[in-house]
Amino acid sequence: MEIPVMVGAGLVVIGVGLGIGRIGGSAMEAIARQPEAYGKIQTAMLIVAALIEGIGFAALFAV
Amino acid sequence: MEKLLEEFSLGLFFWQTLLFLLLLWLLWKFAWKPILSAVNDREEGIKNALQAAEDAKKEMQNVTADSENLLKEARAEREKMLKEAREIKEKMITDAKEQAQVEGDKMLKQAQATIESEKKAAVAEIKEQVATLSVDIAEKVLKAELADKKKQLKVVEDMLGDVKLN
Amino acid sequence: MRKTFLKSFLLFTALIVSQISFSKEKEEKQGEEGHGKDLQTEIKEYILHHLQDSHDFSLFSYTQENGEHKYVGFPLPVILWDNGLKVFSSSKFHHGETLAEVDGNFYKLYHSKIYRTDAEGTITYDEEHHPTNVKPLDFSITKNVVMIIVTGLLMLWLFSSLARSYAKNNGIPTGVGRFFEPIVLYIRDDIARPNIGEKRYKKYMPFLLTIFFFIWFLNMFGMTPLGINVTGNIAITTALAILTFLITNFTGTKDYWMHQFNPLGNALPWYGKIPLYIILVPIELLGLIIKPFSLLIRLYANMQAGHIVIGSLIGLMFIFKSWLGSPLSFGLAFAIMLIEVLVALLQAYIFTMLSALYFGFASEEHDHGHDDEAELAHL
Repeated sequence: MEIPVMVGAGLVVIGVGLGIGRIGGSAMEAIARQPEAYGKIQTAMLIVAALIEGIGFAALFAV
Repeated sequence: MEKLLEEFSLGLFFWQTLLFLLLLWLLWKFAWKPILSAVNDREEGIKNALQAAEDAKKEMQNVTADSENLLKEARAEREKMLKEAREIKEKMITDAKEQAQVEGDKMLKQAQATIESEKKAAVAEIKEQVATLSVDIAEKVLKAELADKKKQLKVVEDMLGDVKLN
Repeated sequence: MRKTFLKSFLLFTALIVSQISFSKEKEEKQGEEGHGKDLQTEIKEYILHHLQDSHDFSLFSYTQENGEHKYVGFPLPVILWDNGLKVFSSSKFHHGETLAEVDGNFYKLYHSKIYRTDAEGTITYDEEHHPTNVKPLDFSITKNVVMIIVTGLLMLWLFSSLARSYAKNNGIPTGVGRFFEPIVLYIRDDIARPNIGEKRYKKYMPFLLTIFFFIWFLNMFGMTPLGINVTGNIAITTALAILTFLITNFTGTKDYWMHQFNPLGNALPWYGKIPLYIILVPIELLGLIIKPFSLLIRLYANMQAGHIVIGSLIGLMFIFKSWLGSPLSFGLAFAIMLIEVLVALLQAYIFTMLSALYFGFASEEHDHGHDDEAELAHL
């Protein structure tokens, strides 16, 4: 693996991390605001996190 | 990517697909279908039972409401009857009182009238007797008085004087 | 409550201890060999070996006094297609130490893959150090295939007995079914129903249930010290994702395909759509492929990563070899193991959930009045 490619993969992982972090944070806030919608928010959060995670993996394995 | 392709084993892929489809079919037939239908049946049963319970409850409520209504009606009826009876009683009492009053009044008036007429009759009789008596007395007095001539004239004069004054 | 906790705690400890002993055997063996390889390389190779499929079911191996390796386990049948079907036992390879001769052909096990070689077992390489020998089509019953069969049988037994217990017990599950019934109901009520829709979810239920329990059980098997890594194998996850892909597209409604090839509907006249569609349609079509691809990569990478982390942490114990470092990495390995138990469930859940979501997209029939507006709003 060449170093630029690895750095690129690292950047993607940073982006994905930030993205999932934001989703998690927003979901926490949403749950705090509407605790009764906990289940729905959690499901939506997992789905979106999984989609972003997929991008991260794709980048990692494209290396 | 290259590593992934290298790692990919066609044989394993083949077996996985084959075995998974077989498993899917077997589970479908022997597990999921009966499980899901059983669960469904159970849920339907619970739903129906709940519905029936709800219906029964409603029925009960209706019955209770009905009987309550009946009771209320009966109570109202009784109340009404009592009230009527009371009214009738009062009316009767007042009527009777009034009648009694009227009757009493009438009797009183009659009695008064009788007393009055009796009194009048009595007074008239007394007057008559008094008149007769007076005439008798006057006769006697006059007889005595008028025995003397002078005295007779004086009386006449006095009387005539009195008459003039009147 | 406390008792069950204690029990599960002991079980976990036992699992981890056996994982350690497993890797320890290997490490000692290599240590005695001492071909100039240091411990780190050994551990790395060990972990990589563990991640791969293998042609025999070895539970552990150790080295005897005389330096001979002893493997505890059993061989599995090798099935090759190389100008005719060739079936033989993997014991012929002697764990990669010898060549297997079948019908005058020589086969060598090299990095868990079978190559055809000459009688000496020479392997030629290209510049990138990839073997250039002929690779016969390998349909062997490998360790992973065995585990798939075991899991399949376990699932069949569990769920058919659950199904029978309904019939026997008037609609109430007994025994282990009491544990699995809520999960089945969860998949139905919280995964299939909301994502696919009340009307159409029924036909997808068997697939969703099977795939959930299949992935979950195999993930959990991966946690055992048997050293199996089925769901962390790209071929397995590819097969699962392709099934999802096929079901998605074969059950796709007219609306779904309209969305793929005519995403704007009648919102624009045809001449307005052309420039947009040059970009939009390929993206939509790419999405068709990316969805199952991300499914397969996600499961593979998560399981693979989990195994690598646990293996590395256990390996660290032997690198530190100190009173401070080794317990620390033991504790870490224990914690990660607990997380992995969660991940095992989570990945099964996400795979099922996303499959259901894709099925829901594909089988959706929206009424056309709102369609155009919705699409415009979406843009």
